[in-house]
Amino acid sequence: MTDATELRTRVAELIAAHPPSGTGRDDFLRARFDAGLAWLHYPQGLGGLDAPRSLQSVVDAGLAAAGAPDNDPRRIGIGLGMAAPTILRYGTQEQKERFLRPLWVGDEVWCQLFSEPGAGSDLAALATRAVRDQASGDWIVDGQKVWTSSAHLARWAILIARTDPTLPKHRGITYFLCDMTDPGVEVRPLRQLTGEAEFNEVFLTGVRIPDAHRLGGIGEGWQVARTTLMNERVSIGGARLPREGGMIGAVARTWRERPELRTHELRQRLLTLWVEAEVARLTAERVRQQLVAGQPGPEGSGLKLSFARLNQEISGLEVELLGDEGLLYSDWTMRRPELVDFTGRDAGYRYLRSKGNSIEGGTSEVLLNIVAERVLGLPSEPRDDKDVAWKDLAR
Amino acid sequence: MTTPPDLLYSEPEDDLRAAVRALLTDRADLPAALTRAESGDPYDPALWTSLTAGIGVAGLLVPESLGGQGAGHREAAVVLEELGRAVTPAPYLTSSVTATATLLACDADSPDIAGLLTALAEGRRVAVLALPFGTAPDSPLPVGADPVRGVADAVRADVLLVPRQDGLYAVETASPAVTVEPLTPLDLTRPLAAVTVDPGAGLRIAAAPVAGSAVRAGLLAGAGLLASEQLGIAEWCLEESVRHTKDRHQFNRPLGSFQALKHRMAQLWLEVVSARAAARAAADALATGSPDAPLAVALAQAYCGPVAVHAAEECVQLHGGIGMTWEHPAHLALKRAKSDATALGSTGRHKEALAALTDLPAPG
Ligand SMILES: Cc1cc2nc3c(=O)[nH]c(=O)nc-3n(C[C@H](O)[C@H](O)[C@H](O)COP(=O)(O)OP(=O)(O)OC[C@H]3O[C@@H](n4cnc5c(N)ncnc54)[C@H](O)[C@@H]3O)c2cc1C
Repeated sequence: MTDATELRTRVAELIAAHPPSGTGRDDFLRARFDAGLAWLHYPQGLGGLDAPRSLQSVVDAGLAAAGAPDNDPRRIGIGLGMAAPTILRYGTQEQKERFLRPLWVGDEVWCQLFSEPGAGSDLAALATRAVRDQASGDWIVDGQKVWTSSAHLARWAILIARTDPTLPKHRGITYFLCDMTDPGVEVRPLRQLTGEAEFNEVFLTGVRIPDAHRLGGIGEGWQVARTTLMNERVSIGGARLPREGGMIGAVARTWRERPELRTHELRQRLLTLWVEAEVARLTAERVRQQLVAGQPGPEGSGLKLSFARLNQEISGLEVELLGDEGLLYSDWTMRRPELVDFTGRDAGYRYLRSKGNSIEGGTSEVLLNIVAERVLGLPSEPRDDKDVAWKDLAR
Repeated sequence: MTTPPDLLYSEPEDDLRAAVRALLTDRADLPAALTRAESGDPYDPALWTSLTAGIGVAGLLVPESLGGQGAGHREAAVVLEELGRAVTPAPYLTSSVTATATLLACDADSPDIAGLLTALAEGRRVAVLALPFGTAPDSPLPVGADPVRGVADAVRADVLLVPRQDGLYAVETASPAVTVEPLTPLDLTRPLAAVTVDPGAGLRIAAAPVAGSAVRAGLLAGAGLLASEQLGIAEWCLEESVRHTKDRHQFNRPLGSFQALKHRMAQLWLEVVSARAAARAAADALATGSPDAPLAVALAQAYCGPVAVHAAEECVQLHGGIGMTWEHPAHLALKRAKSDATALGSTGRHKEALAALTDLPAPG
């Protein structure tokens, strides 16, 4: 049984063996993983100790106090938040041992090859094909993916592709781990309305994926993908922040420091948004307390919805509050950033970037459908795509 | 970062909820509340006895040494969630929370106050503050008004707590010095009255400076826990809307399968979930005596009031013609929710309080 006292001892041992001041960042992170202090609730040998998730804060606090480096969850978000839990749940022992450590340390960045030009909200309609090469047992993948964040930085991708077009769409999909350095993978920047290119188009032409990099059973990719998507939605908007720690903080500071910008109408909107942001923060805190207490509720499904709407309204208010300054924009240069930056740069950038918050990781409309059907139990709309072979669907 | 408030429900709180809900389901569902409201006297004395003598809810805030349960605001908040769900006519918020918290903030050991607190905790007597129900915790107290209009639950009260310039007085409503004239309330389940009290009548239970801060403490507790009542109302309205739109068919489909309606109910769900976090934060801040309590209360009031109104308005609309009828209980929830949004300080007033607490000043 692992308890807080034992963990503090383990943290102290790690710090003693690898003093943060004298150890390189990556080396320290690897040692932390090997000591089982990366993600405590993961199994022994895979960065964890099979310990309760609630104790992670004990470790994090101890390491932060000692000035130890953190892995940068923003840079490696897709790997940490989506690939890792899916590999943990569906991967073979070899896959877990091969992929989890470099992923956690940040040695290997991941991206998500899910969306396609013809398959966004209706992801299960995807058309990228994976055909088995009978001689080698490898899979040969052809197709086009789109809006792929960080594909230009990624070493690995989680990929879903169609392996049987004669089955209804949800049943003919298989899940793979794709090496982005393989021949046949071509990444082209896709410029966003902010001016930069966080995401990309990815063309897959005859890409050869060994069967050992298949995750889950053949034709079972949709179930596997649902684990990924669920984790994606919970990881967006669930960060732990102090009061005024999110976007509302920047606006409140401007309000306090620049009396000449204040108007009565803006103040009413600011107060309303301040209330909603603080309540959203408490709601996220409540979800976290439920998780720690081992009683996860459906509330997590709502966090991303609130986060998206608040970011959009607050950043919209900020542009107006800034008046003449709000008419300016920092920089339209086309860049390919390393980080997804929701709160950085200036108000105009925040306003534009936040438009993606209600699209990425499932649109707000789709999430409302999910809440209505899975949480409230309301009936689904009549649909005619469930029992038809994918190849016979209208596209 | 300061320690976050405990936003969950404890096991004893869950048990308390189950007991209150079982009692209300059995004896005080919404149709029963409607029948009583129509009779002109919304209160059910037997129900109050079961709640107070049976389950002991009236004494949750009162220490055991004074005959109470020695629990706290978190537990009282759970009771209010249930009373809100059933829109129960009972003087709980006014007597067991606001008046009780006021008395506890006076010298609770003095024999007069201790005696009164014990009687309130046991549910033998009911006391209410002789202030308009809309009075916010931070508003100037309208002392000396004659009559005091809009006093909630005064028609049911045995004792009025009357703030005067020189202190707080307890006056028996049965005394010839008191006239209680019922008014016609928007919320049929929480009667209002105009109250006249002869100057000088009653017993002074606290002198001036203590009296003022005690009344404010009472109003703060009332406003903070009112958020839990609002949460309960919103929850009931959402559940009824979901149930109804699943059952009722139009255009050869259940209404609840139309996306336009699904999204509205999903949005309400999100508001209810958020209201729960805000209401729990207020209850916890009051329970722990946190210096953050005024902020947590103003936040909960600014958020939960509009959520309850929105949920009740949607409930009426999503029921269509049925929702517009007197027979369907949705209107009881609507009337309670709309009144609650003004009770103990309007939404706007609480936002102003927040603005002051967080230093977000008005234009110069
Ligand atoms: C910044 C950003 C980063 C992204 N990164 C990645 C990534 O790394 N990997 C990846 O695979 N994908 C990524 N995406 C893609 C994202 O997942 C999709 O854009 C999203 O799922 C929506 O699909 P779509 O764009 O095809 O829109 P569509 O599905 O065409 O939707 C268009 C509109 O119709 C609405 N709509 C669709 N279906 C319904 C319905 N049933 N009911 C009501 N309304 C509906 C939508 O809500 C939306 O408003 C990213 C997107 C953005 C904006």
